[in-house]
Amino acid sequence: MRRDLVLATRHKSEWLTALFFFVMVTNLLPLGVGPEVSLLRKIAPGVLWIGALLSTLLGLQRLFSSDHGDGTLEQMALSPVPLAWLVAGKMVTHWLVCGLPVVLMAPLLGLQFDLPARSLGILVLSLLLGTPILSAVGALGAALTLGLRGGGALLSLLILPLYIPALIFGAGAVEADLSGISPQGHLSLLGALLVLSVFFSPWVTSLALRIALE
Amino acid sequence: MSNSVINWYKYASPATFYPLAGRLIPWFSGLSVLLIAWGLWIGLFVAPTDAQQSEGYRIIFVHVPASWLSMFIYCVMAFWSALGLAFNTRLSGMLTAALAPTGALFAFLSLWTGALWGKPMWGAWWVWDARLTSQLILFFLYLGFIALQSAIDDPRRADRAGALLALVGVVNIPIIYFSVQWWNTLHQGASVSLTKAPSMAHIMLEGMLIMALGFWSYAIAVVLTRVRCIILERELTNEWVKRNAVD
Repeated sequence: MRRDLVLATRHKSEWLTALFFFVMVTNLLPLGVGPEVSLLRKIAPGVLWIGALLSTLLGLQRLFSSDHGDGTLEQMALSPVPLAWLVAGKMVTHWLVCGLPVVLMAPLLGLQFDLPARSLGILVLSLLLGTPILSAVGALGAALTLGLRGGGALLSLLILPLYIPALIFGAGAVEADLSGISPQGHLSLLGALLVLSVFFSPWVTSLALRIALE
Repeated sequence: MSNSVINWYKYASPATFYPLAGRLIPWFSGLSVLLIAWGLWIGLFVAPTDAQQSEGYRIIFVHVPASWLSMFIYCVMAFWSALGLAFNTRLSGMLTAALAPTGALFAFLSLWTGALWGKPMWGAWWVWDARLTSQLILFFLYLGFIALQSAIDDPRRADRAGALLALVGVVNIPIIYFSVQWWNTLHQGASVSLTKAPSMAHIMLEGMLIMALGFWSYAIAVVLTRVRCIILERELTNEWVKRNAVD
């Protein structure tokens, strides 16, 4: 994992691309629908969440492919450390590189959409709970499509349906707070999804990797 | 006892399953034509007009069986996937691959008839309610499964990757099934349940069950036909195929 982090920091472009993609997508929308404040505030949770979702997709394809290309992945599969642990490390790295910057950037973009301060807090909290789900589920998709032609488009086709629950509850939490209802329920469900996906995903992903490596 | 065990394994081999499927197909296709015709007749002519929804409700005879089957086929796919991953059988992967297009068809039918039904009843083709959305996700899952299978050249790898995806996606099935109870949505509650008396006229229920059985036999017939094609494609170099291809 440390090795991955070092690699990621050396290639600044990787995590900066994801971050700038997030900023660009969310900034294009107001230009598209017009700068009306009440409307913007209404669509803000959805827009910010979809932006976060798409920008994590960007990094996913490279999650295993370079290691697969130079044979490191096979070494990992043969090593005495369980593959699931290594996969979990990779997921954490992906989250640190693609998820965390998005979470930190989100309140600033939320300001552009005129979200009140309390909702900004909920937004950050929901993204903090939600982006690890995206990394965990995405890793499975990356492992399944490893080394396939048209992997990128296929990856989004496989993964986006599985992202929908996280999107619904994440954006739902912010929306609930905006309309004056407690976001507690949405956040709890999001937390449950997080626990489930983080628990099962490394295991299933390592199975998928072994299938891909055969 | 030992006899029945041997019989189970006997049909796990493509070489023995192929002729069996061939013998079953005409029966199920005939049955499906009969049952669907009978079910449609009950649905369109015999069943009384509904008090609240008048004639428009009659689409239920296609909508509900199609939705049941779309969910059920996914469960069957997941079952065969689990079996295929656990026992490493070839046939289960082929069956899963054969089931997916039919399942996608039924999921699409269920969404489409739902839209046609929703327009006069709710005044909208589509509403973003939990059950509709999760059924749409199911449709996407089918599409993703088919896309993943067709993107992998090696059929064994395609089977196993697809099996893993099918097993992950099966989480969605209970969500669809219970969504009308968990969330208070626009979609009406389940009309049929195993535990309590059905909340509809007897004849309607009868028509619906007959339609469901008809759809089942259709699905079985089509899937068996498709699995025969897949078996032939994959086993083309084997001895038994060459012997069989003559007749």
